[in-house]
Amino acid sequence: MPQFLEHSMTAWKGQRIEHKPSLVDSFDPRARILMAVIFALLVVFSKNLLLPFIGLIIAFVFACLASLHLKRTFRRVIAMDLFVAMMIIMLPFTVTGDELFNVFGLSASKEGFMLAIAIALKANAVVLTMLALVGTMEASTLGHALGRLKVPEKLVHLLLFTVRYLDVISREYRRMRKAMRARAFVPKTNVHTLRSIGYLVGMLLVRSLERSERIYDAMKCRGYCGKLYLFDTMAWQQRDTGLIILAVLFAIFSIASGAYTV
Amino acid sequence: MTELIRTEQLSYSYPVRGVVLDSVDMSLHAGERVSLEGSNGAGKTTFLNLLVGLNKPKSGRVFAFGKERKIEADFIEVRSKAGFLFQDPDDQLFCPTVLEDVAFGPLNQGKSFDEAKAISIGVLDCLGMAGFENRVTHQLSGGEKRMVTLASVLAMKPDVLLLDEPSNALDKQARLRLIEVLSTLPQAMIIISHEPSFLDALVTRRTRLQGGKILDV
Ligand SMILES: Nc1ncnc2c1ncn2[C@@H]1O[C@H](COP(=O)(O)OP(=O)(O)OP(=O)(O)O)[C@@H](O)[C@H]1O
Ligand SMILES: [Mg+2]
Repeated sequence: MPQFLEHSMTAWKGQRIEHKPSLVDSFDPRARILMAVIFALLVVFSKNLLLPFIGLIIAFVFACLASLHLKRTFRRVIAMDLFVAMMIIMLPFTVTGDELFNVFGLSASKEGFMLAIAIALKANAVVLTMLALVGTMEASTLGHALGRLKVPEKLVHLLLFTVRYLDVISREYRRMRKAMRARAFVPKTNVHTLRSIGYLVGMLLVRSLERSERIYDAMKCRGYCGKLYLFDTMAWQQRDTGLIILAVLFAIFSIASGAYTV
Repeated sequence: MTELIRTEQLSYSYPVRGVVLDSVDMSLHAGERVSLEGSNGAGKTTFLNLLVGLNKPKSGRVFAFGKERKIEADFIEVRSKAGFLFQDPDDQLFCPTVLEDVAFGPLNQGKSFDEAKAISIGVLDCLGMAGFENRVTHQLSGGEKRMVTLASVLAMKPDVLLLDEPSNALDKQARLRLIEVLSTLPQAMIIISHEPSFLDALVTRRTRLQGGKILDV
């Protein structure tokens, strides 16, 4: 895996540390999550191309308002677009319809082509919005906000533990990788490489399992009986209500534009 | 002097390693600070685990706070009276923020949110960690993590402290502050450490785990 992708998959430092304080930060996390979810649903379910296109423009506005770190954002969007690119190449040939052009006897359909464009627009609009509105909060804040929005407790705990230990485990991974490199390990296509990588992954699993047992022990030592308690300082303000009203207006506009009836 | 913890003929073995503890007799009285020394892998951590019921002894008995403790239900009370500081702070800090982590114990003991918050802030203050309440736990440095774990143990107001290498990963200054804090605490303690200077400054009695036995030094 290329280094820059590896980084964005194992480390959730969030944009929080890097991005400058912006307008988006002044909104309540709950309002931001609600806005992002409503927006995503509206864009994803639209059946024409106009709404996803408007959605993408709005997403850009969000990204600007959140003053996202340009390079990091670009990296993440690219990481997703690699998958989308696959689809754009495949879809015209797999969906049947009016022929648009012809490659080696395979006909590309107009319907497939439109579908591919719609998916690309929707995916980018949603990801950009998520990065701008949700990605700019600390991951633990996200957990708290979801808890306050009455998302099932078990899911919130799962998220919070993942956030807490993703970093510990990725540090463990990097330590072991470094130890391998320090002893002159260079990945090649041979049995030794495969076996070593196998050890690395296996050790990571075993260590994570043992750590989870120790954490459970630590929780028992402090009287754990099935409940985690969350402290936070969220306060719903007028501007948050404003944001929700905006979301509702956008919903009315989307429905009125006939995006779901075609 | 009231006896807080006592073990009788306590034995433990791991599948591959074999016997780690062999008929250990040990006791801790109020006001004592006892060291538990011994080489790596001698079984010190295992011994503390047995005291709070995280591992079950193969044979022998554990008495704590005036009663024999046998089953899981017995140990729930022991754990709330004996604060256990783990060897690796990362195992112990599982809440997203410092305040939540420190308040976790008191809340489990049935305190209200406000009480728990007040206790936590008080304890953090006491350890020189005021202002850390809203920090995210996984972004703390090793030494800060250590202090926060100590706070989360102390917040439960235990009668006994079981400290597994508390001076690990601390710099000279933090170590001095830790010694200062621990020496003013009234609780009886068992302290595992590999640092003679740290133990010299604190303990009232020294013991050593060797060959599966705990001996006075
Ligand atoms: N889960 C386990 N399964 C098998 N053997 C174990 C397990 N945990 C510990 N051991 C073994 O039991 C012995 C005692 O371990 P323990 O962790 O109690 O040592 P310790 O005295 O705390 O050492 P250290 O000073 O390095 O912390 C070690 O030899 C260790 O390899
Ligand atoms: Mg140990």
